[in-house]
Amino acid sequence: MSAYAPTRPLGERWTRTWSGRRRWPLASIALAGLAAGLVLLPLVFLVVEAQQSGWSELERLLLRHKVAVLLWNSLRLAVACTLLCAALGVGAAWCVERTKLPARRLWAVALVLPLGIPDFVVGFSWVSLDPGLHGYLAAVMIMTLSLYPLVFLPARTALARVDAGVEEAARSLGMGPWRTFWRVTLRQIRPAVLGGCLLVTLGLLAEYGAFEIVQYQTFTVAIFTEFKLGFDTVAACALSLVLVAISVAVLSGELILSGRGAARVGAGAPRAAARVALGRWSAPVLLALGALCALALGVPLGSLAYWIARGNSSTLPSTSILSALGHTAAFSAAAAAIATTLAVPVASLAVRHRNRVTIVIERLAFLPMALPGLVIALGLVSFSVRYAFALYQSSLELIVAYAILFLPLAVVGVRSAMGQASPRLEEVGRSLGSSPLSVWLRVTLPLIAPGLGAAFALVFISSSTELTATLLLRPTGVDTLATQFWTYTSAFSYGAAAPYAAMMVAISAVPAFLLSRRMSTLARRGAPR
Amino acid sequence: MNGRTTTLLLTILLSSAALALSACGSSGGGAALTVYSGQHEQTTAMLVAAFERQTAIKVDLRSGDEATLGNQIVQEGQNSPADVFYTENTPVLEALREKRLLAPVAPGTLAQVPARYSSPQGRWLGVSARVSALVYNTGKLSASQLPGSVLELADRRFAGKVGFAPSETDFQPLVTSVVKLHGTAVAERWLKGLQSNATVYPDNETVVNQVNNGESALGPINSYYWYRLRAENGSGGTHSALHYYDAGDAGDLVDISGAAVLGSSPHKSAAQEFLAFLVSRTAQELIAHSHSYEYPLRPGVSPAAGLAPLAALKPAALSPTELGDGSAALALEQKLGLL
Repeated sequence: MSAYAPTRPLGERWTRTWSGRRRWPLASIALAGLAAGLVLLPLVFLVVEAQQSGWSELERLLLRHKVAVLLWNSLRLAVACTLLCAALGVGAAWCVERTKLPARRLWAVALVLPLGIPDFVVGFSWVSLDPGLHGYLAAVMIMTLSLYPLVFLPARTALARVDAGVEEAARSLGMGPWRTFWRVTLRQIRPAVLGGCLLVTLGLLAEYGAFEIVQYQTFTVAIFTEFKLGFDTVAACALSLVLVAISVAVLSGELILSGRGAARVGAGAPRAAARVALGRWSAPVLLALGALCALALGVPLGSLAYWIARGNSSTLPSTSILSALGHTAAFSAAAAAIATTLAVPVASLAVRHRNRVTIVIERLAFLPMALPGLVIALGLVSFSVRYAFALYQSSLELIVAYAILFLPLAVVGVRSAMGQASPRLEEVGRSLGSSPLSVWLRVTLPLIAPGLGAAFALVFISSSTELTATLLLRPTGVDTLATQFWTYTSAFSYGAAAPYAAMMVAISAVPAFLLSRRMSTLARRGAPR
Repeated sequence: MNGRTTTLLLTILLSSAALALSACGSSGGGAALTVYSGQHEQTTAMLVAAFERQTAIKVDLRSGDEATLGNQIVQEGQNSPADVFYTENTPVLEALREKRLLAPVAPGTLAQVPARYSSPQGRWLGVSARVSALVYNTGKLSASQLPGSVLELADRRFAGKVGFAPSETDFQPLVTSVVKLHGTAVAERWLKGLQSNATVYPDNETVVNQVNNGESALGPINSYYWYRLRAENGSGGTHSALHYYDAGDAGDLVDISGAAVLGSSPHKSAAQEFLAFLVSRTAQELIAHSHSYEYPLRPGVSPAAGLAPLAALKPAALSPTELGDGSAALALEQKLGLL
């Protein structure tokens, strides 16, 4: 497949000034360093705590049958969900982006929304539908239905930027449509798909609570037992190191699989791909997407509607839903902006200046996904209480916490976009005498804009449902939609809680909608892609 | 992307940052007292409002999961912004006492409630109580089939019928109680039997819900979970009832919700005032009539209508303070693979 150019500039010419001296993109390095520093904060906390633990205590906690069962449960759940999410995510993305599907924009938004539904609602609604639902298959189903958007959104953004010319060349050389899809299309969107899969796998390793309700226990249960019943942060952190070890293995594996990505070659603007007419496949495809939305979105929303219809029995003082909404929107938007900004240098260094250091920084940026949110939040508590007390429990700290927690999502969005943007265009800009900053703003930024949009949307949606770090770090007296929802559900007041969950879904629709509209505009104009 | 969209994008980013910063500005505000609370928010908010009215001391209330708040206080150490920690259960308070993070409670305040409900070392104050019980599905079991002792839950006749939540804070005291009254060997046998009989649920809310909808036939809980379920579901949606163990049984427990002043608090006198308020007649009557269905501990204040008075229920064999921080029970459950 030599039809692809390497995504690294030939001979590293881009990094040299015209005088020939090698120059590093200092601003990128500084920002990437900041990102790495932020990610390292909770990791340092984890290691400092864990090393206080005695070996005999660890042996008692780790070397027992139950832990083996829990680890096995974590791993088989992660494998099955990742494969299913990949299939659903890529399939749905292809239908939305490459076929003449009716009401495509509506599907594009609806298919992202399950990410914005709190875990508790998903679990609870399924168990209310079928109280007997439990075990492995139930956990696989519930988690797949809520996590596939992590693959769908990056895959869809990447698909929109695949050069139809290369696919047509493959077809003209005698490849069938399936082979073209596997060997040409999928190859171009591989970094996006693998990135999404990485998020699903790592996220599942750290997940706690969502599948508790279907009585499926994973390794995080052992960690939370130490936190909740032993009040033993040391043991909990020591156990969390096991998750770090598994994640390092997963991250190395993905590094080998993802290769270098591929940018398009050739002059001029790529043509938008012709959309496939579904023909007799219309009905089955619509039915399948409809079923996916009904299960992933309809069931939880139905539950919320039922709660609202049944009425509000709460005696809790009703706080203004608008103030909670305002806080959630402001915190999530700020966190999404910061995470996306930090992800740009992390991803672009790893793509454009690939070496050991930049790869390690990029891999490091994924680790927050694999740690329980509580560990990260406690790490920030421990750090800020000692060294930055003025920031402790401030809005800024909470925003930074969200940015750290969801940096991996932003990296996936930006990384695949960087991989698809040809460095040639940047080189052309430089050769025409533009400064690096001006090239970045006028060439690179427009090329990766949809990727940035996807990154922003993923971080925004995930932040808006975050609960654990919010409870620890929010300014005293500040409520978000998630904290209010939690307050009401822990008092059995589901009727009062439901509007807050509905509001979370509603604000998740905003970035999903804006991104979708932007991508449609780009597609209509056909440039610059 | 053209210039206009870039401008739009930048505007969105900048305005969200500005919004977030303005949220920074609106928080804080020089409170005299910060209360971390793991107790149910509706009751706590009501108590705080009454306290503010009575004393003109402003209170900042942070509600959260009590174990998480406990871990947070340990991390915060001497810099903790918390002055008072108000919890639903005592093991977390005991754990903080063992780490020497709690200040002594004023003796005059401790004297307001029976001594058996507060810390023997005077480091935390009992505020209200919950009583352990069995919830059972009235369609699946009749009252005559119900066990008199919690130990019977491990009997073969309940195979497949029990639901319980071993990872809940309320379950450790039950195990501790069996260990203290019958010894570790009996407790281990009992837990094994329970394990093979029972479905494990994540929390007591689920236990009550699943017993109510018939998925399990019975389960050990604290009585207030059932009262709250009944309040939410109404009598039409309630297909379950409460059953109490025999007097003196290991299952017959009183769980205490308590409060403590943090050793690091710079506002100790206001904090002591808050604790004194929690056991005052005003506060105890608020607790008694709140939606939380807990028992007030101050003598002479009667519980919500429909609850058997605490004094009328036969006293449990163990006092709440004898239950400690639950670490022995935890180790036993881990050994058996329940956790």
